[in-house]
Amino acid sequence: MLKNMYDVIVIGSGPGGLAAAIEAKKTGAEDVLMIERDRELGGILLQCIHNGFGVEIFKEDFTGPTYAQQFISQVYELGVETLLDAMVLDISPTRHIYAISKWSGFAELDARAIVLAMGARERTRAQIRLPGTRPAGVYTAGTAQRFTNVEGYLPGQRFVILGSGDIGMIMARRLTFEGAKVERVLEIMPFLTGLTRNYVQCLLDFDIPLQLRHTVKRIMGNFRVEAVEAVQVDEKWQPIAGTEEIIPCDTLLLSVGLIPENELSKKAGVVLDPVTGGPFVDEGMQTNVAGIFAAGNVVHIYDLVDWVTEAGSVAGRAAAKYAIAQRQEAARHVKMQAGQNVRYVVPHRLDKESLVEADQKLQMRVIQPIEGNVWVEVKDGDELVTRKGQRYARPGEMVDIKLPQKAYDAVRKADTLTVNVVPR
Amino acid sequence: MAKKNYDVIIIGAGVVGSMVARFLSRYKLNILHIEKEADVCMGTTAANTAIIHAGYDPVPGSLKAVMNVHGNEMWDTLAGELHIPFERRGDYVVAIGKEELPALDELWDRGVKNGVPGMIMISGAEVRRREPDINPDVSGALWASTGGIADPFAATVAAAENAVINGVELMLDTKFEDFVMDGNRIVGIRTNRGDFGSRWVVNSAGLYSDEVMHKAGLRPEFKITPRKGEYYVFDRAEIAVNNVLFPVPSKISKGILVTTTVHGNTIIGPNAQEIEDKEDRSVTQEGLDEVWAGAQKLVPKLSLRYAIAVFAGLRAGGNAPCKTPGVDYKKDYIIEIPDEVRGFVNLGGIESPGLVSSPAIAQRVVDLLKDAGEKLEEKPDWDPIRPERPRFRDLMPEEQKILIQNDPRYGRIVCRCEYVTEGEIVAEIHAPIPATTYDAIKRRTWLGTGRCQGGFDTPRVVEILARELGVSPLEVTKKGAGSTLLARPTKEVEG
Amino acid sequence: MAEETTKIICITCPMGCTLEVTHEGKTITKVEGEQCKRGKEYAQAELTDPRRMVTSTVKVKGGVHPLVPVYTAAPIPKPKIFDLLAELRKVELRAPVEIGQKVLENALGTGIDVLASRNLPAA
Repeated sequence: MLKNMYDVIVIGSGPGGLAAAIEAKKTGAEDVLMIERDRELGGILLQCIHNGFGVEIFKEDFTGPTYAQQFISQVYELGVETLLDAMVLDISPTRHIYAISKWSGFAELDARAIVLAMGARERTRAQIRLPGTRPAGVYTAGTAQRFTNVEGYLPGQRFVILGSGDIGMIMARRLTFEGAKVERVLEIMPFLTGLTRNYVQCLLDFDIPLQLRHTVKRIMGNFRVEAVEAVQVDEKWQPIAGTEEIIPCDTLLLSVGLIPENELSKKAGVVLDPVTGGPFVDEGMQTNVAGIFAAGNVVHIYDLVDWVTEAGSVAGRAAAKYAIAQRQEAARHVKMQAGQNVRYVVPHRLDKESLVEADQKLQMRVIQPIEGNVWVEVKDGDELVTRKGQRYARPGEMVDIKLPQKAYDAVRKADTLTVNVVPR
Repeated sequence: MAKKNYDVIIIGAGVVGSMVARFLSRYKLNILHIEKEADVCMGTTAANTAIIHAGYDPVPGSLKAVMNVHGNEMWDTLAGELHIPFERRGDYVVAIGKEELPALDELWDRGVKNGVPGMIMISGAEVRRREPDINPDVSGALWASTGGIADPFAATVAAAENAVINGVELMLDTKFEDFVMDGNRIVGIRTNRGDFGSRWVVNSAGLYSDEVMHKAGLRPEFKITPRKGEYYVFDRAEIAVNNVLFPVPSKISKGILVTTTVHGNTIIGPNAQEIEDKEDRSVTQEGLDEVWAGAQKLVPKLSLRYAIAVFAGLRAGGNAPCKTPGVDYKKDYIIEIPDEVRGFVNLGGIESPGLVSSPAIAQRVVDLLKDAGEKLEEKPDWDPIRPERPRFRDLMPEEQKILIQNDPRYGRIVCRCEYVTEGEIVAEIHAPIPATTYDAIKRRTWLGTGRCQGGFDTPRVVEILARELGVSPLEVTKKGAGSTLLARPTKEVEG
Repeated sequence: MAEETTKIICITCPMGCTLEVTHEGKTITKVEGEQCKRGKEYAQAELTDPRRMVTSTVKVKGGVHPLVPVYTAAPIPKPKIFDLLAELRKVELRAPVEIGQKVLENALGTGIDVLASRNLPAA
């Protein structure tokens, strides 16, 4: 059963979200919920089946899924709640969340603090304005990775990869391992954009040619990719005429950059840095909206997951502290409620600590006159806190009652005090 | 295959063919509607500016002008009956600099001659007020208040579906090959899926309408020359132009527009480039550059940074001379029942303003058949209403809650960027015209058209299509035969 | 045996020094281009016994996914990579699979096991 109010809600259960949720719990947040759009926890790590994760934090060379498991176990041990296969539709600046899922339907949740950990999306073919036809077989590397490693299908048999980023190179090796042919890796820059280690172990090891200062001029094939036209570019990234080469293939993989995914952040009123594409954050990863924090690729693009975990922990800790402070702030106050025959009570809320100093006076007006003895009583649920007797009560004459200092202990326990004016 | 006999066969399920099917479905006729692709709306109707033109642009006296203005009037009722997203918000022809003002007067005169109501000349200052990001050198605009925007996919699917509900048989993946003639009378057609007999055949084959009529020996001089137009689509969240903005037109085209669409995206385009290949919808660098330059003239503040998609469409431009005496125009519509061949309704060269004209053309086909002696008896149970299927993102939270309660599949978002749910996708797969490919679902639900362009939704859509159609994910295609999305299971190596 | 020079990129640390390795067969006579002594060790290993960690997937029956990711417990000899992948293609596990579970023991006689990278519950 979902609660209405959580201390911390984390959106996304990739490395950033997992670390944030765990650290929030460890810092003392009581109710922590992770909302994840996939059917299981782990985010992008689940499809990164290669190793290289955890070298810094764990001094280990884990695969992505194994790295994720280190945190997933802790999530369950610590009692973090999870809502899976669920999408957050909207977040308000007052931290009201609308989420939907097949299994829980429509959920409206409030959070004392939120950690945004939605990660990044991949740059698309249209964003790099790649001319040509629009056949089946044009994929971003991440989507191809999902199909190959999780869904269990190769998206093609003969590949050209645009972009020498790590995802592209990792996929080059992965596809080669599964019996596909990677014809070429093309990189528009004059240098490798991924790690040298991947160049060696993914391309050189398998004789996959890398061409720097090259790009795809157009995609060919009406129904399915049939070839790409590669071309060399000059220092201004303009195609050099005469260097065109048609490379037959059935799939073009795009590894041309990641973009922090901040549509939800914008809805919450979070201001984004146009340079990073992610929120402006302080040392606790808090955005410009009080109580909304962000961690991981949603802030800026990382290359080592260990540092995403670190950022997630920072955000989780800060979010928990914020939530705890909010709880304490709310607990400091007791709400006064107009009960039987009472139209209103002033003050509407009371700082409990004020009773340490002095009695506190409550003022009210009755709805109906009672010509006869009455009790003016203050109750916490069924428990009487204090009361006084009066000989009558009339709407035209303000009624008051003192909350005495000695009621401090009773008031401290309460969330709401109800004031009634009833016949004696 | 056993030869089945019909009263009418309609070739082509673009918006024109589908409107003809829908209007004819009102009468007691056995109708077969064929389409060579895997889905309706994959030809010219699939890629255009989606404008419901006011009608000041076509040459006065031409069939284009008559169909445009008549069609324009029909759109409120049509959109209401078929639940087509449609907004009559008016369009602007914007003059930049004083030297372009006389061109507006010319269009005004044409509009008056064509009977276009509700035209108003407005000042540069007023244009700037209505469209703050317009080029500050704007000198004035012709505001045609009857212009509008619509969803051409929705229009085609809705019309074709309404026809099917009312008894029309629709066959996809069915390609016209030849006519079966008895003397000079058409008695049927040959297709890749067998022969079909019919008393009438309607040619609404768009880009291929010339080849179809030539098979009947008609109008050998008529030729469709595809004219490619390219477009950029912008991120709704970043760029929001309020209106439909035309530049002053050139000799060959209405020019490169900057316009909003019914989905809220701003699009720019099209350019106009004559090509040979009727299947060449490739996007070119030169075309995109031309579109960008043209758009910047109207709205200099646009930034390519927020472009999320590009596409190209092909106009089915014909060369038929206008039949009105005294009108010297060589690119008019063909909408006729010819004398030389019996049993043929010939539609040719339906390019812009094709979308707005489509219901008028359909009505004209009905009238032509009546004039030719067809006794069109109305079906008492003809239902002009095509019910709307719920679109999750257009509903209020309260409505969304109820939708999910009734069918939990509406609680699972498949396209994150456009908020398209599994429930909607399943509904389209099992609709009267089933969506069986990724692009078919995309056209109907707008899935995959957002920031991530299918990056997140594709694996989920493949899974849903495979499950609902009872096929392996390896058989799921993007747009029909030859466009499978996947190659083989990861663990099965050939050989 | 003739003396040859082979270029190797060292990947021990992110520097990625390009090493010029002069050798006769598998005996190294000279290494140039390294910026620390690990470069020489890397060159030696790469020339005489190059090894790689291999990660891949194997088929699973009855699980929430059709594949489970696996990894070699230690780097295996580079020449055996594709044979190992062929062996793994023959494997079909039954869900549930436990993280660290042995998928292939003593793969190709190397003494190195292939293990599951994650838990995979039954569907």
